[in-house]
Amino acid sequence: MDWNTIISQTITQAVGVLAVIYCLAAVGLNVHFGYTGLLNFGQSGFLAVAAYGLAVTVANIGLSFWAGIVVGIIAAILLALLLGVPTLRLRADYLAIVTIAAAEIIRLIVRSVTFREWFGGSDGITRFADSFYALNPFSGPLALGPLKFSQNDLWVVTVGWSLVALTSLLVWSLMRSPWGRVLRGIREDEDAVRSLGKNVYAYKMQSLILGGVIGALGGFVSAIAFQSVQPDTFSTDFTFFAYTILILGGAARIFGPIVGTMIFWALLVFIGEFLSEAVSAGVITFITSTQVGQIRFMLVGLGLMMLMIFRPQGIFGDRKELALDAR
Amino acid sequence: MPAETTAGTRKEAAVAALSTVAHTPGSKKPDPIVVVDGMVRRFGGLTAVNVDHVEIQRGAITALIGPNGAGKTTFFNLLTGFDQPDEGDWSLNGTSLKGVAPHKVARMGMVRTFQLTKALSKLTVMDNMRLGATGQSGESFWRAALPFFWSAQEKKNTERSMELLTRFKLDAKKDDFAGEMSGGQRKLLEMARALMVGPEMVMLDEPMAGVNPALTQSLLGHIKDLREQGMTVLFVEHDMDMVRDISDWVIVMGQGQVIAEGPPDTVMADQAVIDAYLGSHHDQALTESGEAFTADQPEEQA
Repeated sequence: MDWNTIISQTITQAVGVLAVIYCLAAVGLNVHFGYTGLLNFGQSGFLAVAAYGLAVTVANIGLSFWAGIVVGIIAAILLALLLGVPTLRLRADYLAIVTIAAAEIIRLIVRSVTFREWFGGSDGITRFADSFYALNPFSGPLALGPLKFSQNDLWVVTVGWSLVALTSLLVWSLMRSPWGRVLRGIREDEDAVRSLGKNVYAYKMQSLILGGVIGALGGFVSAIAFQSVQPDTFSTDFTFFAYTILILGGAARIFGPIVGTMIFWALLVFIGEFLSEAVSAGVITFITSTQVGQIRFMLVGLGLMMLMIFRPQGIFGDRKELALDAR
Repeated sequence: MPAETTAGTRKEAAVAALSTVAHTPGSKKPDPIVVVDGMVRRFGGLTAVNVDHVEIQRGAITALIGPNGAGKTTFFNLLTGFDQPDEGDWSLNGTSLKGVAPHKVARMGMVRTFQLTKALSKLTVMDNMRLGATGQSGESFWRAALPFFWSAQEKKNTERSMELLTRFKLDAKKDDFAGEMSGGQRKLLEMARALMVGPEMVMLDEPMAGVNPALTQSLLGHIKDLREQGMTVLFVEHDMDMVRDISDWVIVMGQGQVIAEGPPDTVMADQAVIDAYLGSHHDQALTESGEAFTADQPEEQA
């Protein structure tokens, strides 16, 4: 049993590239679900259009990296409008149905053979973020105790967590304002907010766009970090992991998505690493190394169930506040 | 609007203005704030509302009564834009409200409350109140992130909220979640929040439903107060004692139509009203007819 590897892996991945991607997706979902009560089950779609917007613009059209970023953000805004215009006037469940379907449609379009020329089918698109790495100010890899990053990962992670900090700061400053109060009002009862003279539809649209664009930043990080976009990265389970992270940390809390992400990844990586180490060292004999992948999700699922039973409000939530729903 | 008046004079003014009005459905009022013409709302085969003509007098408290299923709440929803009629037109201060979105109706001065109270549970009482204020620059996305744009206005709104909360005796609860309050307190909060919009006309859908008798008196006082401040009140209510106590004028609906109008005492003795509540043959099997108004459920209503 190599405890050093287990601990080093756990700590590194808890703040690693994947954590950043999920965290940005969850910050966006927090705006949608936590503050406005919008059931967006297609957050992966926002990441997908942003990632592909960047990749296609740079690799296929041949424009600059920054043009790709602009295209990706515009794509996310257009997706929000496309989803919002028909559904935001309807009951909340319609948005849930439409978003989950739209995210799947996007994934199936980009992996289709018909558009292979544009989106690269199931192989995706690679090598389009060189100009991002050209800006890398770090001269070598980082090895700070258990924390180990390669030169490139260190740059991605630094930019990524800065984006998390900036978006969280933005969300915080918006949610303490009268604008945020209207959103929280809509979450509680949109007819009441309407009766007070607020244009509920416009606010829901603004919320959908804001959360979608924050999610899009996660899409950029994903595309850049792996220098590749692949359709199956943006499947529905991505969205559900992001929801898990949000609820784990506590919805409608600024630090909810951040701490949720770190705990989720630490748990996932620790259990995975521990089991494979234990199996290969012969400490655990009743499972094989190929079963470890499945069993770690079972154990994480068990942990999350315990959390929901004993701390349904998440890490940062207020149980008193949650109990108000039952009245 | 006339200058400050002492308590009670507005009631007298309203009663005096209505004294010349005919006691017939759809009668013309001297100074109507709301005029409804040919409003029809159908749900499939059911015609829920079919109002030929109705006017609501400015500055008066008008009660809208009728048996269950008479279409009162539907009529309310239509007036405030929460539902759109199949036919007809209606206006507030002469401006047509046809096709106007509910939030715009509220901004035009007609603010409603709901039969099932809609306090925003996970917002504090104070936030509920502040949400009601109109024209807030901090409610614009582009300015929201910078408190510089809205903090002065927010302070003013907070002061106004505090005044209203004090008037409704909710000031001690200002930092509690609205969801923690009792049903009656939520009714009070909902009314106070509606006043934050600065309405000309307040529409109350069953303000007394589920409120204990001790709070009823204070709620009644607050409604009368609205008239004294120059607002027009239209309310739906089942409690006849309350209707008699505070309304200047009563409009009775039955099966979607306006079947009677008049001052409370006259209307309650009206044969059409008694028939609507109790069925037109209610007194044939009985020998005594004195118990007419004690029953709540009409025979003919579904």
